Amino acid sequence: MKLRISHETTYRYGRPIRNLVQSLRLTPSIFEGQKIHEWQIDVTDGIRGPGFRDGAGDWIEGWTVRGPVDQVTISIEGRIDTRDLAGVLRGHREMIHPMAYLRDTTATRPDDALRDLAASVQGSTDDSLDLAHRLSSTVTDKIAFKPGVTGHATTAAEALALGEGVCQDHTHALLTLARIRNLPARYVSGYLHSTIDGQAHDAAHAWAEIHVQGLGWVGFDAANKCCPDERYVRLGSGLDASDAAPIRGVAMGSGAEELAVAVRVEELAQ
Amino acid sequence: MSYYNEMFEGDQVRDPYARLREWVETMPDDFRQMKQAEAEALFRRIGITFAVYGEGGDPDRLIPFDMMPRVFEQAEWRKLERGIKQRARALNAFLRDVYGRGEIVRAGRIPARLVYQNDAYEKSVVGIVPPRGVYSHIIGIDLVRTAKDEFYVLEDNCRTPSGVSYMLENREIMMRMFPQLFRTNRIEPVDQYPDLLRRTLESVAPAKCNDRPTCVILTPGHYNSAYYEHSFLANLMGVELVEGQDLFVDGDFVYMRTTTGPRRVDVIYRRIDDPYLDPLCFRPDSMLGIPGLMNVYRAGGVSICSAPGAGVADDKAIYTFVPEMVRFYLGEEPILNNVQTWTLWKDNDYKYVMENLGDLVVKEVHGSGGYGMLVGPKSTKEEIETFRAKIQANPSNYIAQPTLALSTCPTFVDEGIAPRHVDLRPYCLCGDRIELVPGGLTRVALRDGSLVVNSSQGGGVKDTWVLSE
Repeated sequence: MKLRISHETTYRYGRPIRNLVQSLRLTPSIFEGQKIHEWQIDVTDGIRGPGFRDGAGDWIEGWTVRGPVDQVTISIEGRIDTRDLAGVLRGHREMIHPMAYLRDTTATRPDDALRDLAASVQGSTDDSLDLAHRLSSTVTDKIAFKPGVTGHATTAAEALALGEGVCQDHTHALLTLARIRNLPARYVSGYLHSTIDGQAHDAAHAWAEIHVQGLGWVGFDAANKCCPDERYVRLGSGLDASDAAPIRGVAMGSGAEELAVAVRVEELAQ
Repeated sequence: MSYYNEMFEGDQVRDPYARLREWVETMPDDFRQMKQAEAEALFRRIGITFAVYGEGGDPDRLIPFDMMPRVFEQAEWRKLERGIKQRARALNAFLRDVYGRGEIVRAGRIPARLVYQNDAYEKSVVGIVPPRGVYSHIIGIDLVRTAKDEFYVLEDNCRTPSGVSYMLENREIMMRMFPQLFRTNRIEPVDQYPDLLRRTLESVAPAKCNDRPTCVILTPGHYNSAYYEHSFLANLMGVELVEGQDLFVDGDFVYMRTTTGPRRVDVIYRRIDDPYLDPLCFRPDSMLGIPGLMNVYRAGGVSICSAPGAGVADDKAIYTFVPEMVRFYLGEEPILNNVQTWTLWKDNDYKYVMENLGDLVVKEVHGSGGYGMLVGPKSTKEEIETFRAKIQANPSNYIAQPTLALSTCPTFVDEGIAPRHVDLRPYCLCGDRIELVPGGLTRVALRDGSLVVNSSQGGGVKDTWVLSE
């Protein structure tokens, strides 16, 4: 698929900020499923700082904005070709050992309910692909898609107790289950062109990757009950949503902060 | 159990202690009491009242200073020095490896789980090679002696070992109080340590630095129990002591706010822990760190000493593999011994330890400061059984070691002079060269018969001498 992506994130500050430092993980991954044609990151009044590829294969850029400013916009414009690899992250260069993705974070720490749920899933690590699929469907069954009931700080345990949530919650829950069953798992942030029923998807998206013997990292989107295909654009990964966040920033200021996000993922004519 | 007494060989006083013995024997009681009071007053005046890292307790408590020095002969020290430097090289090679290709794991010499699932393993620095490939620039190695030629390493400290200010202050105070001792004994100096530390830090400045490197010490602030040491070292090294808020990232570099405007910083000797270094990379709620620091670091714009993630080399579980690291990376046999260690998550080890609790020392894997440990031979039956229950509840939280016969050194006590158990922490500096000042921090268990030297458990400190040829 040929996709055009525009993604604009605007922070408005109640009082002008003195300074802003950001770390952006907003450049698509390089692997056989993605080929970048054009990709531009811009930050209003921003100074581009260090850029480097980290051990997970993600391209990271540091930006600083010298104040005073009362608004900062991060805009992404890009064109990319995608291919369906049935979720397999083939040809992705990275150095981090998969076992480093077995540890918990606050968002993915298991409680008894998650432990019981993980134990109830059939399958064994001898056939980790099969087990990963089963874990993913379990999450789809136990957490219904419903926006607005969870927040950015909701944990996997809380989402399971609620039985409702959005892609971040599905992903956290799947990471927890996979790690309990000793499968390395990580949080992936990116974009999605449309959901399986053809409906446009207007937000940034997130899914899980589970490390499978023989295949390497394989994506699982429990929220949409599928594996990532050509509709998905992968940006980067981490142990949880906060670790994999496309944008992390700290502003020096005392006022309130308002956030507006607009994402468009369009298919270009052949 | 018999203990090696560092002063005597049978009835004979060993050479390095010969002059000290005369000094002690001719010292009148009232003179000794006067000097002891003087030493205490000096320590109070200097303000050195902090606790050794992680020991807890009252931060304003004065750690008792014993005026009787601990002495090494040149030959003894040379061997120790070789062993310490060898260990420091192996630890840095290990860090370079596990943040790179992980050859030692691939070769099956260390279990992958212990490295990659370790809390101190920092995946955000995988593939980042710091200047000169050095990750741990100041390594504190805790040693005990059990016989004339037998030393054991108790643990390695690769993050930010503290206590070096005691090494310097103990010497300073001894020289001030007993100048004649330094005329009659040929004692190697230690006061070059701050210069060597600065030189070490400068030698690992990033390639992007093309002037004399600007180094700073980053402290969590004056509430930290080692704040005294941070300011003491900054002062002796002639570098700025800063807190997170004094530094900021702009573009590709880190800057320090000064009265004459921003000044670029090349090397940060940090005394704050990894999770607090940068809210954009680690704990988002950290107020102690510098937002954006890790991106500048990873792009080669600044050096951080010790490197984030260096802690994976000094974990108690990794410790058991350090001799293996020496063989694997250096192709040498380890000069210093490790203490035999049983890990209670292994069935066989568990069984052995439970059957021999009364003879062993049991420690928490992540514990420090002499808390939460069992010294079997020094415990009552009841204490042993209480501890047994704790182990049964969570075996993987414990390791066990044989009770070591720690050597003793003569120490001033109420009744005169008596042997007390000691350990030693030398500070090894790693930059373009590996350096070790001849000396270190000797801790002494002041209670009769006690084997625990931690200051929180009644330990004190001594000046440590290395005699010239």
